[in-house]
Amino acid sequence: MIVVELRKLFRRPRTWVTIAVLNLLPIIVAVLLVLTDLAPRPGQGPAFLSAVLTNGALFPLAALAIVLPLFLPIAVAVIAGDSVAGEAQAGTLRYLIARPVGRTRLLVAKLLAVLVFVLVTVVVVAVVGYLVGVTLFEAEPAAGTSVSGTTLTVQELLVRTGYAVGYVTVSMCGVAAFALCFSTFTDSPLAAALGALAVLVASSLLFTLDAASPIAPYLPTRYWLAFVDFFRDPILWRDIVRGLALQGVYVVVLLGVAWANFTTKDVTS
Amino acid sequence: MTERDAVITTRGLVKRYGRTRAVDGIDLDVRSGDVYGFLGANGSGKTTTVRMLLGLVLPTQGEVEVLGRRMPRGGREVLPRVGALIEGPAFAGHLSGRENLSLLDASGPGGTRRTRRRRIGDVLEQVGLGGVDRRPVRAYSLGMRQRLGLAGALLRRPELLVLDEPTNGLDPQGIAEIRDLLLELHRVGTTVFLSSHLLAEIEQMATRVGVLDRGRLVLQEELAVLTAPTGATVVTTPDPAAARAVLDGRVLTEDGHRLLVTAADPAEVNARLVAAGVPVTGLAVHRPTLEEVVLAAASTSADRVERPGQGAPR
Repeated sequence: MIVVELRKLFRRPRTWVTIAVLNLLPIIVAVLLVLTDLAPRPGQGPAFLSAVLTNGALFPLAALAIVLPLFLPIAVAVIAGDSVAGEAQAGTLRYLIARPVGRTRLLVAKLLAVLVFVLVTVVVVAVVGYLVGVTLFEAEPAAGTSVSGTTLTVQELLVRTGYAVGYVTVSMCGVAAFALCFSTFTDSPLAAALGALAVLVASSLLFTLDAASPIAPYLPTRYWLAFVDFFRDPILWRDIVRGLALQGVYVVVLLGVAWANFTTKDVTS
Repeated sequence: MTERDAVITTRGLVKRYGRTRAVDGIDLDVRSGDVYGFLGANGSGKTTTVRMLLGLVLPTQGEVEVLGRRMPRGGREVLPRVGALIEGPAFAGHLSGRENLSLLDASGPGGTRRTRRRRIGDVLEQVGLGGVDRRPVRAYSLGMRQRLGLAGALLRRPELLVLDEPTNGLDPQGIAEIRDLLLELHRVGTTVFLSSHLLAEIEQMATRVGVLDRGRLVLQEELAVLTAPTGATVVTTPDPAAARAVLDGRVLTEDGHRLLVTAADPAEVNARLVAAGVPVTGLAVHRPTLEEVVLAAASTSADRVERPGQGAPR
């Protein structure tokens, strides 16, 4: 079933268009940086961007930091929101259930397909970022500099970039879980995607509000940028671990709700 | 008549949506080898019933048994042996017909991968899409989609076909073609459950008929019994007055040149009229049409919305 879902997802032109558009913004940023040579001062603008001019090998991380706050969540919400509601809207859901595909099985297959999409997207952003980085900027493939100022070996840099890709993927699982959960409640993929985005916008907004500080640690977007901590020396695990745990809780609760709803629901679409 | 295996049985099946009872305690009885015509006006609960048979909608009360198994629990065993067309076909528009069938077949149990290509080729041939190319379903006409939907239902050589309005969107030739195909499948042993609001379609194909009216099964009988001769003869004559005089007291109704006469044997009526010199241009055993039977059994159309106080009697 998971193979079928992946075939459906990746045979769809829209999936690839989404990934392509997602890569466009980091490329535009890179080109502008090269043309103007105006890097943001350290500590300002997207993470890592200030360091990119001296070491292009860091650009994959800058690219992830650029798409992470908005573009990536939008893409994930659209794909995950479409997963059940899209089948309902197209009318194919009734044929799948009557085929029969177990409802739990279908939900799990949809979730796995979305996770594969997230992973592929994040990896593509990182790879394209690396290629853009080493072609446009001076790269120091021999070593990199950590955010803390110490030197990292190539191997360290590679491993930590791998960690960062993994962490960003997990952060997106929360978005996917919100969208998938809403997707089982509505027959409109648009409503499901917008619902998930509304949650994220609300979360980001509350995060900036001092009055909301008591609930800040539980906001789904709270630890998203903690992937930067992989590039401190030594790695600062505190926020990373909290971020993973928080995403885990969101995913478990939302999927539980999605499962309870979907397995007892009348398919009338 | 020999007792055949039950294929679909429902007992006291109820589906309530809020305060309305979409399906209100129906007891369906479909047996192996039937072409069961499931008739009902729009909104009478046909589709909800079909969806409950297939495990899409969960009953509020009552039981559903399909091919000897309780639904929806037995779905995993039973549904691979059932082909369904539910409220029109639905496919991924960006993929070709073959790819759609292949994905549908791969997503559930009961369709072996080894034979998939051949089975898809066979069913496409069967529904008249044998020469279909790689173009996406998006570009198909309504009739082609309907045929593809039927192909999807036939893919695993099902013992039972549950078809909701299978000739929707087809032209007259297409309708005749699909009818022949279904009759052929029936001849080789497939049980067909055909839901429709088209009386003519049911009358031409069904061996048994169930009529749904506002969620209740008001009639369930062999078609041959429903349309059995009534014991009357229809006489057509250019001189109805003379005929009336000859057949004194036996004329039930008179409608222009058409008389309905109490007489089981048309030949006897003919002999009397001819002997009396009354010209006879037409003579037939009277049978009720399915339409007459259904109209007598069912009340007004379910999509009529009456003003309170003058609502249709229940």
